[in-house]
Amino acid sequence: MTENNWIYACNVADMPHNGGVCVQYGTEQIALYYFTHRDEWYATQNLCPHRQQMALSRGMLGSSLGEPKVACPFHKKTFSLTDGHCMNDEACAAIKIYPVKIQDGAVFIDVASIYSSLITSYEQEKM
Amino acid sequence: MKVIVIGNGMVGQKFCEKLIAKKPEQLELTVFGEETLPAYDRVHLSEYFAGKTVQDLCMKPMGWYPENGINLHLGDPIVEIDRSNKTVTSFDGKQLAYDYLVLATGSAAFVPSISGVDKQGVFVYRTIEDLNLIWRHAKVARSAVVIGGGLLGLEAAKACLDLGIKDTHVIEFAPRLMPRQIDEGGSYILSQKLKALGITTHTTKNTAVILGNETITGLMFADGSILSTDMLVISAGIKPRDELAKKCGLHTGHRGGIIVNEHMQTNDPSVYAIGECAVYEGMVYGLVAPGYDMAEVVVNKLIGGTKTFTGFDMSTKLKLIGIDVASFGDPFIADEDARSIIYHDNHNSVYKRINVSNDGKTLLGGILVGDAEAYNQLQQICVNKLAIPPSPVDLIVKRGKDGGTGTSFELPDSALICSCEGVSKLTISEAVNAGNESFDAVKKCTGAGSGCGGCTPMVKDIIAATLKKQGKIIRNVVCEHFNYSRQELYDLVKLKNLHSFDEVLDTLGSGDGCEVCRPAVSSILASLWNDLIIKKENATSQDTNDRFLANIQKGGTYSVVPRVPGGEITPDKLIAIGQVAKKYNLYTKITGGQRIDLFGAHLNDLPLIWEELIAAGFESGHAYGKALRTVKSCVGSTWCRFGLHDSVSFAIEIENRYKGLRAPHKIKSAVSGCIRECAEAQSKDFGIIATEKGWNLFVCGNGGSKPQHALLLAADVDSATCIKYIDRFLMFYIKTADPLTRTATWLNKMEGGIDYLRNVVLHDSLGIAAELEAEMQLLVDHYECEWKKAVETPELRKRFTHFINAPETKDPTIAFETLREQKKAAGW
Ligand code: SRM
Ligand SMILES: Cc1cc2nc3c(=O)[nH]c(=O)nc-3n(C[C@H](O)[C@H](O)[C@H](O)COP(=O)(O)OP(=O)(O)OC[C@H]3O[C@@H](n4cnc5c(N)ncnc54)[C@H](O)[C@@H]3O)c2cc1C
Ligand code: SF4
Ligand code: FES
Repeated sequence: MTENNWIYACNVADMPHNGGVCVQYGTEQIALYYFTHRDEWYATQNLCPHRQQMALSRGMLGSSLGEPKVACPFHKKTFSLTDGHCMNDEACAAIKIYPVKIQDGAVFIDVASIYSSLITSYEQEKM
Repeated sequence: MKVIVIGNGMVGQKFCEKLIAKKPEQLELTVFGEETLPAYDRVHLSEYFAGKTVQDLCMKPMGWYPENGINLHLGDPIVEIDRSNKTVTSFDGKQLAYDYLVLATGSAAFVPSISGVDKQGVFVYRTIEDLNLIWRHAKVARSAVVIGGGLLGLEAAKACLDLGIKDTHVIEFAPRLMPRQIDEGGSYILSQKLKALGITTHTTKNTAVILGNETITGLMFADGSILSTDMLVISAGIKPRDELAKKCGLHTGHRGGIIVNEHMQTNDPSVYAIGECAVYEGMVYGLVAPGYDMAEVVVNKLIGGTKTFTGFDMSTKLKLIGIDVASFGDPFIADEDARSIIYHDNHNSVYKRINVSNDGKTLLGGILVGDAEAYNQLQQICVNKLAIPPSPVDLIVKRGKDGGTGTSFELPDSALICSCEGVSKLTISEAVNAGNESFDAVKKCTGAGSGCGGCTPMVKDIIAATLKKQGKIIRNVVCEHFNYSRQELYDLVKLKNLHSFDEVLDTLGSGDGCEVCRPAVSSILASLWNDLIIKKENATSQDTNDRFLANIQKGGTYSVVPRVPGGEITPDKLIAIGQVAKKYNLYTKITGGQRIDLFGAHLNDLPLIWEELIAAGFESGHAYGKALRTVKSCVGSTWCRFGLHDSVSFAIEIENRYKGLRAPHKIKSAVSGCIRECAEAQSKDFGIIATEKGWNLFVCGNGGSKPQHALLLAADVDSATCIKYIDRFLMFYIKTADPLTRTATWLNKMEGGIDYLRNVVLHDSLGIAAELEAEMQLLVDHYECEWKKAVETPELRKRFTHFINAPETKDPTIAFETLREQKKAAGW
C-alpha cells in the first residue's frame, strides 16, 4: 500500500439515503454509497465488471447474511462492499474498494489505497 | 503420486476438480493444455455470440489452478509420450515424469476431404478461437452455409443468424436433419421451424467442390447444383484426438479414438483416456455428461475404488431458443420390437413420437419436436422404466380443460436427475432434509443444476415435494429479510400504516434489505398509498428504472416514453416529439404499445427533455414502472365500417383512469371495437371487446415468452359496470399476487381459477367488493405525473446528474454507433 490520497467528494447533505452517487476523479469514476440503515459509508469502482457498464452507483444496497452489498442495476450481479467479490456469480470479477472518511460534514475518498485482493489475474480479452 | 493430465478441456478440468476434492496424499498434479485459455464451457460456446465473455465461459478462473496446487501449462501441447520411461515432452521442451497419465485430448472437428476446404471464409466450430475467426469474417458476409445438419451444425447455423447473417443455409448429406436423433416426420417439422427462423435446409445433398479463388464464393454439389455464399462453417462430426496415443503405441479404434476398458484404462495400465478422445465398447461419447462420468471412474480408481463405466444414456435436447427438439431412449425402434404412437400437427408444427413395448408397459424411446416440455419427464420414465398410463398417448397429448400430460408419477430414489453432475433424486432430497431448502442452496450443496441447467425444473419439484413430505407448507417468502409472502406483507404494511422502506424493514423484517425485497416493498407502498415514487426515503429502494423514471439501456442511457392514451395523438404532439428527439439526439421508434419511444437520453438531459414534453401536453408513460403501461385501441366506430362502439374514447378513458397505478408487475390493456379484435385485447391483462349490447371484459391474458389468451370475465356489460369490474379485478390482483407475477400467472396459480375470480369480482363472494372499489378510487384520486413533479421540484431535479461533483458533465464513457441514419447503443 502506498500513501493515502484523500480527495473531497461531496457533502453528507448531498447524499441520497441508502444509495449511491458517482464521483469523478480525473478520468476515473468512483461509486460512493451512504448506507444509512447501517450508518456506514462505502466506495467502489463505478464500472460493473460483468458488461463493463458505469452503473454501480445507481445500484441498490442491501445485505446478505449481514454482509453489505450493492446490486448492479443491469443484471443484478451483487458485489460485497467489504471486499469487492461478486456474491452471486463465482465467475464474475471482483470490484475495487476505496476507503471513505467523513470530516465536518464532508465526504473524502482515499484514491491511493485501493483494496483489490480479489481481482482475478485473468482479464477478459474478447475483441 | 505424480499425475499428468493432457488436455485442459471440460473433462480434463472436471477430472482435476474431482481428484483434488478427494485430497489424495502427496499428489503432484500437472496439466498441459494446447489452447491458451483455461478450460471453458464448450457446451455453451454459442452464447459467446450472444454476449457471454471468455470470463463467463471459463469453468474456473486462472487463479483456481495454483490455489489448488495444480501446475497448469497452457498453450503448450504435449508432443511425445515415452511409456517405457514414463515421461512426457511438451512443445516448449518441458520433460516431466508421471506415475499415471490421463489423456483428455477431446476431439477435433471432422473435416471431410472436399476440394477447397483451405479457402478463406471456411471455418470449423469447436473453440473460442474458431468463434473469433467466424466473428471477424461474419462482419463482411451476407450469406452463410453450414455443412452438417446435426446438433452442432444447427447450433452453428443459429449462431450465424445471431451474427446478423440473414441468409443462412444448412446442408445435410443424409435424407433428414439430425439423422442420429430424429426420424423423417420430426425432421420435416424441424425444417419448417428453422425456415421460420430464417434458416434454409437442404437434405440429401453431397458437397463436391468449394468454389472461389482465395476466398470462398460458393459450393457445388454432386448433383451439379450451385449455392453461392461467402462463408462456410463445417460441422460434419467429430474426430477423436488420438494422434499422440497412436504415436506411442496405444491401441486405437478403427474409426479413431483411444480404446479403454471399464476403468478407462488403455492397454497401458498406467495410462487412462477420458472424454471425447476415448472409445468404450466401440463408442465415442460426444457429450459432456458421460465424460464427467469417466473422470469420476478414473479418480475413483486412483484412490483405490472399484467404480466402473458402463455406458451412458445418450438422450439429448437441442439448445436453440424457440426450437424444441429432443430425443430419448431408442428413438427409432419400430415394427416387431415396439409400437409407436405418433402425433403430427402440421398446423402448430409439433411432432411427437413415443415407442412403447409391445405389452404396453414400458416406454422405450421417443422424439419431440416443436414442444419438448415433457422431455425431462419422459426421459426419466424411459431410463427408470417407470410404469406408464394404460393409454400411453396421454404421455404426449393434452386432453381436457386442465390438460397437462397429467400423469403424476413418482421417481425412484436412484433416478439420475442432473446428468451433468451425476446427482440422483436421493441426493437432492437428502440435501433438502439437511436444511438446504432453496434451489440455490441445493445447487451449491449437491451441484445439481449447475451444468447445462436442463434439470432445474425437476430439482425444484423435488425440493417442493420433499418439503411437503416434511409437513412444511411452502410459503413464498419474499427473501431472507422478510419472512412473509407478498400478500401478507401487503396486509401488514396497510394495517400498521407504514410509509417507507426503512419503516417496513424495521417493523416487519430484519437485516438491511436487498435487491429483491426493496422493489417488492416499494411496489406495495406505491399500490397502497400512491405516494411519490421518488420521495427521498423511497427513491433508492426502487429499481433503477423507477428511481430515474426511465428505462436504463445498454451503455447507461435512458429511454423516454410519453403517454399517448389509446394511441391517439395530434399532429402538433407528433411534431413536439420530433423536435425534442432532434434537439437531444434521441433514437425514435414506434413501440409495440402504440406510442413512441425516445432512446439514448443522457441522465443529465432527462429533466430538460421532460420539461419540453410536459410543456407540449405530455405526461409520463410509466414505461419504467411495474405499472399500467398502455391501453391500445383500434379505431372503432368513429371511422371503421364494422365498429360497434367508440373504442378509442373508451380506451382513453380507461388509460386515464388507471395511469400511474403500481402493481406487482406491469399491466396492459386494449379495447377493440368489434369481434375482429384489431387491438389484440385478448392478449392483455384486461381487454375489452365491443358487442352489440355493450362490452365483453376479458382478463389475465399475456404476451411475452409464454403467451396466453385472456378469459371472459363478464359479457355484454355497460361502460360503468365494466369499469367497476376492472377496479375490483385490478385491486384484487394488486393485493394478492406475488412479486413480479403477471395476471396470467397469478390466475394460473389461483385455486378455482377463473370461476373463483368471477365469483369474487362479479358476485362479491368474499364481501370485499366495496372495499376494493374504494381503494381503487383513492389511488385514482391520488394520481400525479411523476415527471411533472420531478421537473418542478429543484431538490428532485438535482438527482438527475451523473457526477455528484461535476453536475454539468455527462458520463464520458457512453458511446454510440450509427444505424440507418439514427444512433444506436454501442455493443457490449
Ligand atoms: C419498447 C418496447 C418494444 C418496441 O420497440 O416496441 C418494449 C421494450 C421493452 N420491454 Fe416489452 N416492450 C414493448 C412492448 C411489449 C409487448 C407488446 C405490447 O405491450 O403490446 C409485450 C408482450 C405483451 C405483454 O406484456 O403481455 C412485451 C413484453 C415484455 C416482457 C415480457 C412480459 C411477460 O409477462 O413475460 C418484458 C420483461 C418483463 O417485463 O419482465 C419486457 C420488457 C421490456 C424492456 C422494459 C426490457 C428492459 O427491462 O429493459 C424493454 C425496454 C426498452 C427501453 O429501454 O425502453 N417486455 N413488451 C415496447 C414498448 C411498449 C410501450 O409503448 O410501452
Ligand atoms: C458448439 C458445441 C456445442 C456443444 N453442445 C453440447 C451439448 O449441448 N451437450 C453436450 O453434452 N455436449 C455438447 N458439446 C460437446 C462437449 O463440448 C464435449 O463433449 C466436451 O467438451 C468434451 O470434453 P473433453 O474434455 O473430452 O474435450 P475438449 O473440451 O475438446 O477438450 C480437449 C482439450 O484438449 C486439448 N488437447 C488436445 N491435444 C492436446 C495435447 N496434445 N496437449 C495438450 N492439450 C491437448 C484441446 O486443445 C482441448 O482444449 C458441444 C460441443 C460444441 C463444440
Ligand atoms: S422483445 Fe422486448 S425485452 Fe426483448 S429485446 Fe425486444 S424490446 Fe427488449
Ligand atoms: S453489467 Fe452489471 S450485472 Fe451486468
